[in-house]
Amino acid sequence: MATLTKYPTEPLKCWNKAKELRLKYYKDYAECKQRGGIRWSGGAWAMDAIPAGLGDDVYTLTSEPYAASVAFDPKLNAECQSAADAKGWSRDLCSYMRTYWGSMYVNKYAFGGEFPKPDFAFQTQICCSHHKWYQHVAEYKQIPYFTIDVSVGLYKDVDEGRIAYVVNQMQESIPWLEKVTGRKFDDEKFIAAVNNECRTTSLWAEVCTLNKAVPAPLEEKTMYALYVLATLSKHSKEFGDFYEELRDEVKDRIARGIAAVSTERCRLITDTQPPWSYLSMYRYMEKYGAVSVGSLYTFALEGVFADQPDGSWGPRPTPEQLGIKIRTREEALRIYADWNLSKPEWQHFYDPQIKTDIMLRMVKEFKLNGVILHLNRGCEGLSKGIMENRLGLVKAGVPVMTYEGNMGDEKEMDYPRTLSRIDSFMESLGFNKLEN
Amino acid sequence: MITAGIDVGAKTIKVVLLDGGKILAKTSVLAGFETEQSVEEAYKEALAKAGIERSAVGKVGATGAGRKAVAFAQTVVTEVSADAQGAVFLHPSARTVIDVGAEEGRGIKTNADGKVVDFAVNEKCAAGAGAFTESMARALEVTLAQFGDISLKSNKSIPMNAQCTVFAESEVVSLIHSNTSKEDIARAVHDAIASRISAMVRRVGLEQDVILVGGVAYNIGFLDSIKRTLGIENVVVPQDPEYVGALGAAVVAGAAGN
Repeated sequence: MATLTKYPTEPLKCWNKAKELRLKYYKDYAECKQRGGIRWSGGAWAMDAIPAGLGDDVYTLTSEPYAASVAFDPKLNAECQSAADAKGWSRDLCSYMRTYWGSMYVNKYAFGGEFPKPDFAFQTQICCSHHKWYQHVAEYKQIPYFTIDVSVGLYKDVDEGRIAYVVNQMQESIPWLEKVTGRKFDDEKFIAAVNNECRTTSLWAEVCTLNKAVPAPLEEKTMYALYVLATLSKHSKEFGDFYEELRDEVKDRIARGIAAVSTERCRLITDTQPPWSYLSMYRYMEKYGAVSVGSLYTFALEGVFADQPDGSWGPRPTPEQLGIKIRTREEALRIYADWNLSKPEWQHFYDPQIKTDIMLRMVKEFKLNGVILHLNRGCEGLSKGIMENRLGLVKAGVPVMTYEGNMGDEKEMDYPRTLSRIDSFMESLGFNKLEN
Repeated sequence: MITAGIDVGAKTIKVVLLDGGKILAKTSVLAGFETEQSVEEAYKEALAKAGIERSAVGKVGATGAGRKAVAFAQTVVTEVSADAQGAVFLHPSARTVIDVGAEEGRGIKTNADGKVVDFAVNEKCAAGAGAFTESMARALEVTLAQFGDISLKSNKSIPMNAQCTVFAESEVVSLIHSNTSKEDIARAVHDAIASRISAMVRRVGLEQDVILVGGVAYNIGFLDSIKRTLGIENVVVPQDPEYVGALGAAVVAGAAGN
């Protein structure tokens, strides 16, 4: 075994703040009714800037990150999964959906107390599970429900007609929100929320782009605790401010040569949601000096990217950065629809080649040695076409490892065999384990 | 320099002693419950067979699922790398290695140096591996050797689920009840496993020569099926195919720096 210590490293200064913000989010959701607030639930891709027009005391529970939090607690997760089984739901459904429903059935909130009943559900539909997820929640909890269909095709093919299709649904959602909450919609708050969301998601893309640096200032296991904020509330100014602070700290780390992993010598990306109960596999990779610098999932689930003037991949400039001042609800809705439809993680729902192309671009720009693909049996949406992605990467000469697992159901993961597969992959890349 | 390769598999422990290009001894013992004890037993048996002292062995390499049980190994290598090294050592023009052991099936693409270019391994379930054939032979009440022989007497193709051993076993029971001959059932089982294994091989890219290693390589019924499924005439089965992983571990140990 070779010994190698190369780069200086240090903990992220804003790490604890990220944790605090996340916990505050979940606590606020649970407690907001005591203060007369409103709470709603929807997916991490829901157009959350719209309900923000109802006031500053409107709180969200986004279901996928919530289910991921439950998955991190194997005991509670097993209880939730069993409860979903007992209701007769099939194991091959979205495991996040099963966990969320299970948490609702057993009436336990992962952050303490009973499962807080949302006042309404507000969702988007692009993945096969999204609409049905909240249709069932609405029926079970007897709450009103609105879905916006955003599956209008590839962003490069989006025209005014397709944008209007999304915008019209968003327009219709506003009087619906006023009706079900009894509140008046405030356009100024909505416009501010749209600007905040563009800023937050562009900033996250900027943070991810900074990980092109060698050594990588961040590694993916840490990034999971950071990207999550954008999945909780994209329109939050507080989260946008945090990402700005994080961006500055990451820039400072690069300037000082601070690595996430001191022994970095092999750079990888992964794909799709990880098996949350087994994040220790990322630390295992580090025994080889291998660092996962991110994934299309971690970067672009919420991060909004665009081609940069130099041809590289980076953050999409926000309307404010482009000098666009949003004045009306109509302008805000149009910009909001266009912004979300450009999200990279939405593109491969239509064509796996798009994802392969993005991954090949990442391999080049992030200077990668290989790719690890999680054949995630818990998410049909993000695993769709994944073996075609593998084929495309292999054809381009990129070493690829696959492993089968499930983001939210640990029963579907063979951890020792996965580690053994990592051993084989590392050997094939020419890396041996490092000494401590 | 004499090197030893020890392959701690799910069912058996194999030891190969290698002196340069010459194999001095091969031994195999059941893994049992006390793996470290079984490793010691297999190693001592190999040394005795070769007529050498322990101190004569310059390097020991370990591989297999239980490779950590070989506390005295200087090099440790995964089954995938060991298979590739062992296969190319025995058959230098091997470029695709198929290893079907007791609990795992693998398709490996290698280069001329025995370095792994790509690999695929069956996920979680033992379907597509040796334990599966044993289970099916039991269901037909024939020995493993008979199971291979009788399948060659069939020329029928009966589709069967090879994704799950439990479901496949109930399918076999259904076929027995519908008076399907043992020969046809045996061939169906081998075809199903071969289909699963060849999917892995095609994933990494089929390149000749193809070498079949691991205990299931003894099964002539499976060999026939894998040739048909891959659409190739020649699949090389080396002598003592279950020792190729141990041999590869010995090769890697010899190549490792002092």
